Amino acid sequence: MTIQLNGEPYEVKEGTSVATLLQALDIRLDQVAVEINLEIMDKREYERRVLQRDDRIEVMSFIGGGSLGFVSLIDLLDRTMTVTS
Amino acid sequence: MKTDRLTIAGREFRSRLWVGTGKYKDFVETQKAIEVSGADVVTVAVRRVNITDRHSDNLLDYIDPKKYTILPNTAGCYTVEDAVRYARLARAAGVSDLVKLEVIGDEKTLFPDTAGLIEAAKILIKEGFIVLPYTNDDPIVAQKLVDIGCPAVMPLAAPIGSGLGIRNPYNLKIILENIKVPVVVDAGVGIASDAALAMELGADAVLMNTAIAGAQDPIMMAEAMKYGVEAGRLAYRAGRIPRKLYATASTTIEGML
Repeated sequence: MTIQLNGEPYEVKEGTSVATLLQALDIRLDQVAVEINLEIMDKREYERRVLQRDDRIEVMSFIGGGSLGFVSLIDLLDRTMTVTS
Repeated sequence: MKTDRLTIAGREFRSRLWVGTGKYKDFVETQKAIEVSGADVVTVAVRRVNITDRHSDNLLDYIDPKKYTILPNTAGCYTVEDAVRYARLARAAGVSDLVKLEVIGDEKTLFPDTAGLIEAAKILIKEGFIVLPYTNDDPIVAQKLVDIGCPAVMPLAAPIGSGLGIRNPYNLKIILENIKVPVVVDAGVGIASDAALAMELGADAVLMNTAIAGAQDPIMMAEAMKYGVEAGRLAYRAGRIPRKLYATASTTIEGML
């Protein structure tokens, strides 16, 4: 089934949990935040929360920044998305 | 200098120079510049993880959160909703309850939207965040931010990344005289004397990014900024002589022929 992962369509098997997804992507759990359909997940829920078709997942972490370090295309897309949602 | 510590919301900081982590060539340069600057507060931004290239490095592998206070910001947020969303994401990532709150008003100037800033700060403070707001050099707004519970305020010296230095020392002075919480001058610093001037005015700390990262030699500039901030702070504490129009001899005339 298809989910939206960081703004792009992404294929996962039925029954995949958030924890499994992050593991498959080789993403360390300690410094990321996961938002599903605009709701921020508690880290303790990663194992239990099973992905549903068309879920909109955002996996966020830290990058270099002072004040608006740089404006990348992703940032602009993200901004547009937030405004329209 | 040992006893001259900066305390914000019960947290004690060694250095009065705070630095951003944007615009560096790579993480190694970022790490080196921060180390040389002596800063112990380091700002970071929150962005999407690169899903397609999982071999890219992680910033926090280079800046140890045990060694530095990581201060996530809401850079790039133009609305209250976005700023609150990014602050929540930053906290959920599990680094800190601190947030450098930015609600940007305009792409050309990157000046803060101070009405939005106060609104977003109220929401986040209610949720238990320690909100350090990036604000304009406006004494009234600074006071309002303190009144709603910000444990420090961060007025700008000049537009972000402009390197213009302190454009309105008198407004900053008014803020510094009237605000009863630490004041961190944030953004607009260009060179070490700008940082020294901010500290001589009585600022509690200076936060900068571009002035270091954008220098021809960022590592050397990081060191220069460290001395600028230290010199300014010492001079402020030492107390300057009054300005006078005419000369005052520093050598006695007694004993002259």
